[in-house]
Amino acid sequence: MDKTPGTLPIQSATFSNSINSEIRRAAATGIYDIRGGGAKRRVPHFDDLLFLGASVSRYPLEGYRERCGTSVVLGTRFAKKPIELDIPVTIAGMSFGALSGRAKEALGRGASAAGTSTTTGDGGMTPEERGHSTKLVYQYLPSRYGMNPDDLRKADAIEIVVGQGAKPGGGGMLLGQKISDRVAEMRTLPTGIDQRSACRHPDWTGPDDLEIKILELREITGWQVPIYVKVGATRPYYDTALAVKAGADVVVMDGMQGGTAATQDVFIEHVGIPTLASIRPAVQALQDLGVHREVQLVISGGIRTGADVAKALALGADAVAIGTAALVALGDNDPKWEAEYQALGTTTGAYDDWHEGRDPAGITTQDPELAARLDPVEAGRRLRNYLKVMTLEAQTIARACGHNHLHNLEPEDLCALTMEAAAMAKVPLAGTDWYPGKPGF
Amino acid sequence: MQTYDVAADGLRGLNATLQAQKQETNQTRWEVVNPKGSHAIAVGLDAPIDVTVKGSTGYYCAGMNKQATVRVVGSVGPGVAENMMSGTVIVDGDASQYAGATGHGGLLVIKGNASSRCGISMKGIDIVVHGNIGHMSAFMAQAGNLVVCGDAGDALGDSLYEAKLFVRGSVKSLGADCIEKEMRPEHLETLGDLLSRAGSDARAEDFRRYGSARELYNFDIDNAAAY
Ligand SMILES: Cc1cc2nc3c(=O)[nH]c(=O)nc-3n(C[C@H](O)[C@H](O)[C@H](O)COP(=O)(O)O)c2cc1C
Repeated sequence: MDKTPGTLPIQSATFSNSINSEIRRAAATGIYDIRGGGAKRRVPHFDDLLFLGASVSRYPLEGYRERCGTSVVLGTRFAKKPIELDIPVTIAGMSFGALSGRAKEALGRGASAAGTSTTTGDGGMTPEERGHSTKLVYQYLPSRYGMNPDDLRKADAIEIVVGQGAKPGGGGMLLGQKISDRVAEMRTLPTGIDQRSACRHPDWTGPDDLEIKILELREITGWQVPIYVKVGATRPYYDTALAVKAGADVVVMDGMQGGTAATQDVFIEHVGIPTLASIRPAVQALQDLGVHREVQLVISGGIRTGADVAKALALGADAVAIGTAALVALGDNDPKWEAEYQALGTTTGAYDDWHEGRDPAGITTQDPELAARLDPVEAGRRLRNYLKVMTLEAQTIARACGHNHLHNLEPEDLCALTMEAAAMAKVPLAGTDWYPGKPGF
Repeated sequence: MQTYDVAADGLRGLNATLQAQKQETNQTRWEVVNPKGSHAIAVGLDAPIDVTVKGSTGYYCAGMNKQATVRVVGSVGPGVAENMMSGTVIVDGDASQYAGATGHGGLLVIKGNASSRCGISMKGIDIVVHGNIGHMSAFMAQAGNLVVCGDAGDALGDSLYEAKLFVRGSVKSLGADCIEKEMRPEHLETLGDLLSRAGSDARAEDFRRYGSARELYNFDIDNAAAY
């Protein structure tokens, strides 16, 4: 036997097994990978921040005893009827079509029970979700699928979608296999064909037009309800400033970890900036225009815990929105379906072929048998519990920092674990009083 | 006949007044004077009233109209009758971009020319243009009929779904997946009816019909060059 010492086989960091598998998949099929979810790569995130808590110079509030407020009002700038929420965590827009009718109902039930709002999505408003949502935000999207003035007037707020964090600059594609008769009818398209959602609005381009579009929507809804503008995080300072100039009541900023129902993997992983990097510039724009807190900022993209909520608020957001986490609370990617995930060539936690409509958990599907697996009442209860837990967690942190309302959290409560996070969040590296780019250093 | 002066009494009052008209209103005839190019004139109406706008308007005139008949004695800016659900909108002059965008129903008549992207993403509306239309018209048009008595610009009907396009004059070029199709008797009948409702004396027989080849309906990598 040859005893010459050999090096261990070395895996390439550049040509990793997962990269090579993607090359093989592309070579075999000739088509890019489409999937749901948000960026899976590690990017600077809320985990890279820590709260400092109380100390000699700051005293805490008593947990479970001293009040720590959680309410938030969205749309105080121009709307006659702003949205009043009990908690600063809202449910993000997810389309009927991408999700089953029962999943939409469950989202409405859970959000309403927790005192917060839910949001329609591409494909229009369903009676199930209107009926089960005490506060429903109606998305005004480039596709205008199912868009009509009656539903517009039934909404508690309108969200003009300019972009999504998972795919800023991209449209959507609902593949034919998910187009049931009902979905097709709501979108005025034949059953079974791919449905392309346009990447930009058909009747306006640019901030000056947006201002006129907002005027039209306000005139149609009598200036009653708030108008949000949702953007994917790319140029957060300018997009926020332009949305404010166009007349938005609320700016929704969605980072690259934000989920999508179906987009090219290359788009999800390579376009847009991390949620963490988007918050300070957006807040800065609001402050420079003198409208911080008058125009509310909602942050989304990878929000999972009460700590994430507290960190987003401390950086200056007024509220957050959740998509993926809400689906997980309903039952998405639950280990109890592991055998079925295996049969689909995936595993619990990695299942992201939401566009194929074969979701074992019955959430991202239009197949009646699979959809029947989700009990909307039970799933709604789980979502409510989860929202309550997030709120309690955020309150726990806020009290520890000495605040009697979540909105009193501030950047001074935070420090960063990494240089990147310090630079993006503009909070000092832990144990120092410095962050990259800090004036005077 | 009621008269509303936009310059004197403001846009909000105009829309609030017109939107407050109910199904069984007595005040069915309205004249809107001094629009002076204002945006969002007579938007979100939902009653069988007759509104005549005396002068030219800005963006989104008669946006999301239901039931009402809105006539503009002048020209209109971008997005006239956008997302219209029902009723009739008539423009005596020309229309800017995106006329009738995403409209679900009703009839939009443009007596002059319409600019680019006329009927973009239309979802059931009927549009009759007496003059010419600009480039990229009926882009991703889903349903309804677009009738053009003059010529059409570049890339007509690009990525078309099920909308039907009728053009009497020349078509500079067809967009991806849009082809000329046979004019069958039922099409002549629809077209004749639309022309007469739009006050055009053009003959249906002089038009050609265009529609979707339906080859891009389901994604196929071998079609990638078409986009
Ligand atoms: C299944 C699914 C469907 C979605 N559909 C829409 C949509 O129709 N419109 C939209 O603006 N965003 C849509 N989004 C994005 C969410 O509104 C939100 O921006 C994102 O989920 C937030 O990030 P998170 O998933 O990390 O919480 C969708 C997200 C998911 C997961």
